[in-house]
Amino acid sequence: MNDRIEKRIELKAPVSRVWRALTDYREFGTWFQVKLDGPFVAGQISRGHITYPGYEHLKWEVVVQKMEPERLFSFTWHPYAVDPKKDYSQETPTLVEFRLEKTAAGTLLVVTESGFDKIPRDRRQEAFRKNDGGWAQQMKNIELHVTQAT
Amino acid sequence: MFAALGDPTRLALVAKLSAGSPYSIAQLTTGSRITRQAITKHLRVLERAGIVRCVRAGRESRFQLDPEPIAELKQYLDFVSEQWDQALGRLKAFVED
Repeated sequence: MNDRIEKRIELKAPVSRVWRALTDYREFGTWFQVKLDGPFVAGQISRGHITYPGYEHLKWEVVVQKMEPERLFSFTWHPYAVDPKKDYSQETPTLVEFRLEKTAAGTLLVVTESGFDKIPRDRRQEAFRKNDGGWAQQMKNIELHVTQAT
Repeated sequence: MFAALGDPTRLALVAKLSAGSPYSIAQLTTGSRITRQAITKHLRVLERAGIVRCVRAGRESRFQLDPEPIAELKQYLDFVSEQWDQALGRLKAFVED
């Protein structure tokens, strides 16, 4: 089990098109499903609210880290920080990195999110409400998981 | 928790403990080239991470896996992974027109 998630996706679009979709705040908002107050600026907080169904009007906030044109866009955030009464600023955020590479077919986008070990346990539980009973099933999952890791 | 699990000896201990019942240190050391002292140290790391519980059986300490922290972390990571799959699916549709 890694403390990072990596996604690789091939996009049939030029790098410049993908870069714009990631870093133009209106375009980002369209596919990410968030309405942002203003442009992304390296080193600055970017705010808005979620438009994703079921989470509408919840505040969304990231701290933009790097913007290396057409190569790397990154930000830190508190994913699923959905309780409006809570102050999440004391928690270590996770880091999201979008890396772009030109390919014959268009663009290879590699998205990495890291730093999950720092998320407090009760906040992980807020992210979804799914009660998974069954000691036996959990044990089976553990065994599968650790044997895969070795 | 990743640090606790990111060690082959500890992973092997967790695998052994996933049978469910409590094991003594002696039982966990059997068949291993690692010393009893080292095994005990590893068990304490797992205990501090909440993955393993120490239960007393008479004068002996036994160790039992608590599957919940690992299962829960895995579930959370699966959820986040799924969210990214969906978001990137929307990005793909967006840029490919």
